[in-house]
Amino acid sequence: MAQGTRSQQADRIRHLLETEGDAVHAKASSFHAQRGEAYDAADDLEALRTEARAIKEDAIDRLPALIDTVRDAVEANGGTVYVADDAADANAYVADVVDAQTEEHGIAGDGDTPSVVKSKSMTTEEIDLNDALEAAGIEVTETDLGEWVLQVADDTPSHIVGPAMHLERAEIAELFNERFDPDEPLETAEELTQFARDYLADHIQEADVGITGANFVVADSGTITLVTNEGNARKCAVTPDTHVAIAGVEKLIPTLSDLEPFVDLIAKSATGQSIAQYVTMLSPPTDSPTLDFDRPDEPITAGHDRTADTGTAARDFHLVLLDNGRMDMREDDQLRETLYCIRCGACSNSCVNFQSVGGHGFGGETYSGGIATGWEAGVHGQDSAAEFNDLCTGCSRCVDACPVKIDIPWINTVVRDRINRNEEPAATDFLVDGLTPDMEDGGIDLGKRFFGNIGTVAKAASATAPVSNWLADADPIRGLLERTLGIDRRRDLPAFQRESLVDWFEKRGGKAASSRRAARADDADIDREVVLYPDVYTNYVDTERGKAAVSTLEALGVPVRVPDLPESGRAALSQGMVATADRQASRLYAALAEDLDAGRDVVVVEPSDLAAIHREYERLLPERSFERLRDNSYEICEYVYGLLENGANPSALSTGNGAEPVAYHSHCQQRTLDLEAPTVAVLERCGYAPETTSAECCGMAGSFGYKREYYELSVDVGERLAEQVAGAKTVVASGTSCGDQLEGLLERDVPHPIEVLAPGSRL
Amino acid sequence: MTVDTVGRFERALEGLEVGFERVPAADASERVEMIVEEPAVGAPLPFEGVTLPESVTTEPTSADLEAARTGVTPVGFAIAEYGTVAVESTADGAEAISLYPDRHVAVVAESDVIPDLSAGFDRLADGFAAGQDSVVFATGRSATADMGDLVHGVHGPGDVDVIVVEDR
Repeated sequence: MAQGTRSQQADRIRHLLETEGDAVHAKASSFHAQRGEAYDAADDLEALRTEARAIKEDAIDRLPALIDTVRDAVEANGGTVYVADDAADANAYVADVVDAQTEEHGIAGDGDTPSVVKSKSMTTEEIDLNDALEAAGIEVTETDLGEWVLQVADDTPSHIVGPAMHLERAEIAELFNERFDPDEPLETAEELTQFARDYLADHIQEADVGITGANFVVADSGTITLVTNEGNARKCAVTPDTHVAIAGVEKLIPTLSDLEPFVDLIAKSATGQSIAQYVTMLSPPTDSPTLDFDRPDEPITAGHDRTADTGTAARDFHLVLLDNGRMDMREDDQLRETLYCIRCGACSNSCVNFQSVGGHGFGGETYSGGIATGWEAGVHGQDSAAEFNDLCTGCSRCVDACPVKIDIPWINTVVRDRINRNEEPAATDFLVDGLTPDMEDGGIDLGKRFFGNIGTVAKAASATAPVSNWLADADPIRGLLERTLGIDRRRDLPAFQRESLVDWFEKRGGKAASSRRAARADDADIDREVVLYPDVYTNYVDTERGKAAVSTLEALGVPVRVPDLPESGRAALSQGMVATADRQASRLYAALAEDLDAGRDVVVVEPSDLAAIHREYERLLPERSFERLRDNSYEICEYVYGLLENGANPSALSTGNGAEPVAYHSHCQQRTLDLEAPTVAVLERCGYAPETTSAECCGMAGSFGYKREYYELSVDVGERLAEQVAGAKTVVASGTSCGDQLEGLLERDVPHPIEVLAPGSRL
Repeated sequence: MTVDTVGRFERALEGLEVGFERVPAADASERVEMIVEEPAVGAPLPFEGVTLPESVTTEPTSADLEAARTGVTPVGFAIAEYGTVAVESTADGAEAISLYPDRHVAVVAESDVIPDLSAGFDRLADGFAAGQDSVVFATGRSATADMGDLVHGVHGPGDVDVIVVEDR
């Protein structure tokens, strides 16, 4: 990324942090918390997610057949199905429907302009339907209150479920008072809602055509499902005699019974409600009488319609199924999963970066949040995804939130990789050559290449420490690093240790000495042997936590080895360098194969490296290799917990008095692996009173917080976490990044929990 | 259907701030009369021995619908787990009558209160097979938080009452 672009991006993010961040954070974080409660309260949640996922996989697999099925069903009901290739095709079709309707039946209401009322639909945002209809001389009114606010303000959605989430009540009041000049100025939410309801009621009654989206379309009965809380979609669908529903082709599911898990899940994942206010399942044209407010004195049931002779309701229904890139996404092994998305916004709500900047920062032309990278790349092209893809740090907290279990971080990684490969080689590539033994073609952003090869960088810096540290801290060097690699000069750089963990371990006698120490431990019958993985930071920067891990394991009777092992690929993955990560995964597996055969357990200190092994390796290694390594690798505190559960004696460790408070921030990816609890349990067993944080991520996320364009966002996120732990006497964090972020913000030491527990700890 | 199911339904409605009454069929008409705020419109109630009171206009005009404070409709069934009523899109206008007025009074037979969503989908499937293939699951009151705070009664009703008619 060029220096100027970085600075523009930093300005844009700073502006959003100041203007929209507070409003978005308040609502998104509260949706996120409520979703968590709703998931916890549902007893069959995992089964529902698994079922929903399977239904989507099956439906996308046989999508062409489902399109034929729904066409037959809708036509049998008396409606029409149109498959639109792209936005222009869909928009032209809808305009034609409106024209034909008003030509045949005249224009409803007092005016002489054809008018449509719409319920909220991200798909119609994707195709810019409103602009197209207005260009065709058709008046469009959004009836979802949030969407209507945006229409009045000429603004765009900042969230796929709560489109006006970025606006505070006072801003909406000011907008309405200025635009509509009411007799009494509007102020409260109640007054604003009342005003909007009355205004929109008139438009709904006078509309010629009602347009809705569809959350799901049941193929074999031609049933559209609309999930709403306001009731406006119901009015749009049943009031005018012509209803157009616009849905992406991926909304098709085979049968009515397939709908059930989605009805059960969608409100829980979106807002934490057990079910939405209105789940409307219409197989139009329906038997409901149309409502003609131009004939106020005729009974609505009188059949005052144009087909009274047949006795059927004179309803006209059109289902527009939009392709717009989706059928190509279906053929793309990496983007296909995006089509399973039910657009609940849970990934946005769970994301700390989204909470801070909202969808105007973390979003493309139409879609926002983690899954938007897949949608934008698929429907608008990679350039739109490239605008914001970096904002996904791969923290993976959305993985537990997604109701259909989409691996959203992986989609972001893959699209980042594709974006990297499209970049032109830079003239300054030579700056990182030699430090970057990667598998990437030239052209990838220098900063990305630097951080993606951090293992090699760290090795070189360690070999020349402390001189490398002095140099790196010198002002001219910080300036150079900022200009070329985009490393923000306000961020403390890691201090590389001259003696790596591996060197330290060898110097103290290697595995033979470790076996002797373990044998001295007061231990019953623990017969395990550990390979401690020297991840880049534990090996070169934060060696103390590695040493603490070694001495803790030995004190519990377990001999340790600390071999010099290849990088895990985590750093490369976070920069979207998939080929490099793939090679590193193979090398690490090869290097560990003999230990696995010998029955040794692999123990990892840095959660992000363990997460690569447990999650991404599934995509990088053969299935058997992946499972073998996953099943025999553990997070350090998880492993200690297992030892204590199996009879190891904790008295050799540094124990507390039972009530010693410790503020503990688990690592985001560690939480996704469900490995926060073991650390808490170990701290409790050893006499501490841990209090966990509710912040999902520290905002540092490896290299993210170092980058100039994201520094302020990273600090904004980090400060929320820092506030939670600031009063605690002892603060511990599992991740290197989390520790660095907290140390920078709190200006105090934030060790790994194992450093508190290790024998002889003075923490 | 068990007494427990109706009890569960009542508790769910309480959480949604929806009114709940359980009445013998013979008293249902009178109870509806007590509850409605006039002007009221309605769709005919298909329960044995239950009729809409005189004060409720059936076959309303669109002007009646617009002016009505209350809409009374039968619902096909109710789901106890979530406090949901299933409004069917029928030719007598139940869908519009349940939607336009500020208050919706939903009337359901006690034997049609079913335990959970899964049972609800079984009922839906039966209805679809019989041609009743447009249904709204309505749960609680219309709501929005788009104006900065939670407000009830947006496009749909801001007040909902459910009357369970004992039918055995």
